[in-house]
Amino acid sequence: MTWAHKNIGVILEAAGQHLLLSFLSVIIGCAIALVLGIISARRQKLYVLFLTLAGIIFVIPSLALFAFLIPVMGLGMKPALTGLSSYCLLILLRNVVTGLRNVPADVLDAADGMGFSRWQRLTKIELPLALPLIVSGIRIALVTVIGIATVAAFIDAGGLGSIILAGIDQSYPEKVIVGGVLTALIAVFFDLSMTWMEKRLSREKQA
Amino acid sequence: MNLLTEAITWIADNPGQFNRALGQHLLMSISAIVIALSIGLPLAIIIIRSRLMATLAVNSVNALRTLPSLAILAIMMPILGIGLWPSIVALTILALPPILINAYIGLRDVDPDAVEAATGMGMSERQILRKIRIPLAAPAMFAGLRTASVQVLAGATLAPFIGGGGLGDFIAVGIAGMNQSRLLVGAVPIAILALGTEFLLGQTERVLFGERRAA
Repeated sequence: MTWAHKNIGVILEAAGQHLLLSFLSVIIGCAIALVLGIISARRQKLYVLFLTLAGIIFVIPSLALFAFLIPVMGLGMKPALTGLSSYCLLILLRNVVTGLRNVPADVLDAADGMGFSRWQRLTKIELPLALPLIVSGIRIALVTVIGIATVAAFIDAGGLGSIILAGIDQSYPEKVIVGGVLTALIAVFFDLSMTWMEKRLSREKQA
Repeated sequence: MNLLTEAITWIADNPGQFNRALGQHLLMSISAIVIALSIGLPLAIIIIRSRLMATLAVNSVNALRTLPSLAILAIMMPILGIGLWPSIVALTILALPPILINAYIGLRDVDPDAVEAATGMGMSERQILRKIRIPLAAPAMFAGLRTASVQVLAGATLAPFIGGGGLGDFIAVGIAGMNQSRLLVGAVPIAILALGTEFLLGQTERVLFGERRAA
């Protein structure tokens, strides 16, 4: 592990870029999924349309998706963020809509009866009740994106994938292992910590 | 659209090179799926007999799953060198977790009443496995195959970076030389292949097992 020892700075910088890329992608994806989910939760046809589009994006291999974006956006962070946040859409949209639909009808009736406006009902009743499922969607999206973000190194977006790529180019297995294992550890860390958050949220909901 | 025309023209002018890449892409993806099925399904049948083995296998496969596909491919190079084989091994490793875990859960969660009824009818363990567990777990196994196929096709696009060839080659060349139409020579067929596979397997699933329960 001599290379890793001497290059902690390089590794930390790549890990930081990786986290930034993953978080931004999930945040952007989440914002889009919330808007689409709120619009389509009670409109089945629209929901199926959004879900089909998000599903198509999800099935296209990441490198090919990036390749489609390069002619429009060039290389770097822009196509990487666009591609990665599009990947989150399927997972996030499904969880947002399922969460909103799971709100019991009598709760909604009660809110209407208390004179809540549509917006108040959404922000004070529906979204808080859907929160555990939304958080679980964010967790799955984040873990997925952390893995796929390694491919973004091919289009010059940096991150831990660039260490793996350098390892391939220089036939330097240590770099491949450091980049790969660190990515896996980061994914596992967020998987566990967000599972813990989900449990707390659903416990609060029951209390 | 201009880029797309250029890409199609390039394919028409270089059919040999394109077909070779497509052939490599299909060969490594299909081999990986076949090998992963022939390891994963028997393994699932073996591990349902013992709780310890099941925990061990499921956990190690889940740990494998957290590694990014790029790293799994990359690490094959120092071990197995370059060429088609290292890619096939790496893709097999990518395909194994969904196949094994789906088959295992499918076999494990078979309705206990059905198993009890079969025992009551005097079936042996072996008969129960063949006539009850495996047929009832088939939809879950197929779902595993579907997930694995999509993952393997995506992983296969990364094979050129370890000298494995395939359609990803055109994307690699396109990025290296900033040749935008060459990017599409790789990306369009890769996308069509992935979407087509997902659609076909989805239809097959519907025909074989009826409508999927809402996930």
